[in-house]
Amino acid sequence: MSSTSSPVTTASQSASAQATGGSKGAPRLRTPRKTHVPGRPKRSVLLTVLTGLILVYTVVPLLWLVISATKSQEGLANSSGLWFSSDFALWDNISETFSYNDGIFVRWLLNTLLYVVLGAGGATLLAILGGYALAKFTFPGKRAVFAVVIGAVAVPGTALAVPTFLMFSKMGLTDTPWAVIIPSLVSPFGLYLMWVFATEAIPTELMEAARIDGAGEIRTFFQVALPLLAPGTVTVLLFTTVATWNNYFLPLIMLKDPDWYPLTLGLDAWNNQAQTIGGDVIFNLVITGSLLTIIPLIAAFLLLQRFWQSGLAAGSVKE
Amino acid sequence: MRRTTSRLLRGIALLSALAMGATACGGSDDDSSGQKDVSAGDIQAALEKGGSVTVWAWEPTLKTVAADFQKKYPKVKINLVGERSGDKHYTALSNAISAEKGVPDVAQVEYFAMSQYALTKGLSDVAPFGADKLKAKYTPGPWNAVSEDKAVYGLPMDSGPMALFYNKKVFDKYKVAVPTTWDEYVDAARKLHKADPKVFIAADAGDAGLTTSLLWQAGSRPYKVDGTKVKIDFADANAKKYTDTWQKLIDEKLVAPINGWTDDWYKGLGDGTLATLPSGAWMPANFETGVKNASGDWRAAPMPAWTKGDKASTENGGSALTLPALGKNKELAYAFVEYANSGDGVATRIKEGAFPATTAELQDNAFLNKEFEYFGGQKANEIFAESAANVASDWSYLPFQQYANSIFNDTVGKAYISNTKLSAGLKSWQDASIKYGKEQGFTVE
Repeated sequence: MSSTSSPVTTASQSASAQATGGSKGAPRLRTPRKTHVPGRPKRSVLLTVLTGLILVYTVVPLLWLVISATKSQEGLANSSGLWFSSDFALWDNISETFSYNDGIFVRWLLNTLLYVVLGAGGATLLAILGGYALAKFTFPGKRAVFAVVIGAVAVPGTALAVPTFLMFSKMGLTDTPWAVIIPSLVSPFGLYLMWVFATEAIPTELMEAARIDGAGEIRTFFQVALPLLAPGTVTVLLFTTVATWNNYFLPLIMLKDPDWYPLTLGLDAWNNQAQTIGGDVIFNLVITGSLLTIIPLIAAFLLLQRFWQSGLAAGSVKE
Repeated sequence: MRRTTSRLLRGIALLSALAMGATACGGSDDDSSGQKDVSAGDIQAALEKGGSVTVWAWEPTLKTVAADFQKKYPKVKINLVGERSGDKHYTALSNAISAEKGVPDVAQVEYFAMSQYALTKGLSDVAPFGADKLKAKYTPGPWNAVSEDKAVYGLPMDSGPMALFYNKKVFDKYKVAVPTTWDEYVDAARKLHKADPKVFIAADAGDAGLTTSLLWQAGSRPYKVDGTKVKIDFADANAKKYTDTWQKLIDEKLVAPINGWTDDWYKGLGDGTLATLPSGAWMPANFETGVKNASGDWRAAPMPAWTKGDKASTENGGSALTLPALGKNKELAYAFVEYANSGDGVATRIKEGAFPATTAELQDNAFLNKEFEYFGGQKANEIFAESAANVASDWSYLPFQQYANSIFNDTVGKAYISNTKLSAGLKSWQDASIKYGKEQGFTVE
C-alpha cells in the first residue's frame, strides 16, 4: 500500500500548491517578467492532466476494493467491479472475516501488530541511535560505515531473503516469529535518513551547551537530541511500519505454521483456497480482509502526515 | 505475479537443496530395503501409547477426519496444517526435506508429483505397513500412481476421472446439442460463439494438467519412465488428434483466454459465458461453493470421445497421503493415512463432497444414486464412476513433472498468445523437459 498512498499525497499537494499559486495573484509582488517566473498564474494543462491521471490510477483500485467489500461471493460474480450490487453485505462480510475458521483473522492481525511493534519499532530505535552517533560523533571507520549503509540501501530486501533463510534455517529459527522480527530490525534507509536528519536538526552548539551545563552523554541524547529528532523519528517509524506491515516475501519463506502468519500471508492463503479441490471459495472475505488490513495504515498516514512531511523536507534547504 | 513468486520459490528450493546437500552427505545412508514389516499389533500399540502426527494437507475434508480420529484414539494428536497448496506446498516440502528439519509426518502429494518424491527417496515405502495388501480396494489409475513395482509410496485419497461439465441453460438457449466427440465439441464451440460472441466453449489459457489429461485420453503416451531412464515424445499420431482439434479452438478464438481458478474464471462459470468445463469428478464441490449463483444450470456428461463410440477416459488431479521419509512417528502416521483413505474416513470425506479412489464406494448404490441438487437432481456420480472404470492405467508422469508443468506456459503457452502452433509448442516443451532431465542426471531420450 505504501507505493500507492505516498504518490497520492505528493500529487495532491503539488496540485493544491499550483491552485493556490494560481489564484492568489502572487506575481504582482514580483518584478514582471515574460518568461520562467516560478508560480506564474498560468496553469500547465499537461501537468494537470498528468496529476489527474495519476490520481485516477491510484484511487480506482482503492475504490474497487471499497465497493467490492460490500458484495457477497455471489454478488461479486454477478455485478460489475466498479459499482455496487443489489445486496449490501459489508457488515456480514466483516463479521464473517473475523469469525471464519475460528477467528484466525484476529490471530493474524495480532501477529502483524507484534511484528510491527517489535520489528518496525526496533528498527526505528536502532536507526535513531545509529543515525545520532554517526551524525554527531567522529570515530575511525566512519567513512567505511557510510559506504556500507549506502550500499545496503541499494540492495533490495527480497534479494537477501534467500541467504537469510538459509542462515536462519541453520540456527533453527525458521518457523518462529523471530525469523520475521530480526530481519525487520535492519533498515539501512531509516538509518541513513536519521543520520542526515540528525546532522541538520541538532545544532552541535546546543550539545556543547548541554555538556557545559553538566549533562552526561545519555542525558544529552534523551533530553536534548531526542525531542529535536521527533519529526525524523516519526518519518522512519512510518517507513518501517509500512514495510513490515506489508511484508509478504520474507514471512512467506520463513513461516510454515499458519498460527504465526501475518495478514499478508493469511489473505494469500484464503485466496488460494479457491484453487484447491473442494476448497471453500471466499473471495468476498479476501477482499474485505484486504480492506481491513489497509485501514490501520491509512489511519497512521493521516494522523502522522504532518510529521512525515516536515521530516522529509528537513535538510533540503540550507538555512 | 504468481509466476514470478513461484519462480523465486523454486530458486529457493534449489538453493537450499544445494546448501543442505553438502551437510547431508555424510549422514543418512540407511536404505529402505532393510525395512522390517510392521504388524497391525505394532500399530495398535503405538495408537494406545499415543503421540502427535503433523499432517501437511490442504484437502478440506481432512478436518473432520482428523477430529474423528482423535476422538477414536484420544492419545493421538493430529496437527493438521493446510494453509498451503500447490507450488507453495511442494516448495515448503522440498525445503524441509533438503534442510532435514521440520519435515511433516504425513504430506499430501498429487499424483503427478508422486514419482518425483518417490524417486528421490523423499517418501517412505508403506508396503511394510500392510499397504501392499490394499491394492484391490483402489481403482487402477490412482493405485498405478502411488505404486512402483513392489513399493507403495502412499494411499490414494481421491481421484479425478474426467467428465464434461456443461451449462445446460446456455446449450438449451441456443439449441446446441451437447457434444459427444471432440469434433462435435469444436462445432458446438463455433455455434455458441456465433450465437453470442460473449460465449466461449471453455476457458483455457494454457494448462499443463488439462493438456496432459487430454493427451492421456487420446491414447498418446508422451512419457515413458523406467527407473532413471526417461523418454519424452509428443510426436505420436494420437497426440496429433489433440493438437489438430485444439489448434482449431485456439485459432478461431473459441476458448476464452482466462486462467483457471481465478475470480474471472469463477465469474465466467457463473454468468454463462463459459459453456463447458472438462474437469475431474471432484469439481462438484467447487461448483457448490464457488459458483453458487449458477446452481441448477450445470450438468455433467461423459467426456467427448476422440473417435465416435470410443469410451476411453482420463484422470485430472487427485492426490495421495504419503509418509515423508524424514517424518517421525511412522506407525501413527500410517494409522492416520489408512483411517482417512481406506478406513472410516472415506465415508466421512465422501459425505463432505470428496470423490473417492476406492472401488467399493464407487460401486455403492447409495453413492451412485445420489442426486446432485446443484446439477438439477442429476445422478452425476454414475457418469463419474463410469469414467473411472474407463481410465487407461498405463499412463505415467515424469519424475520431474512438477518442474515440467512449471515451464508449460513458457513453451506450450506461446501457442495461446502468438502464432506458434500447438504442436511446435509441445515440441519446445519436450526439448526443455529433456534438457532439464539430463541436468538432473536422468537418461533422457
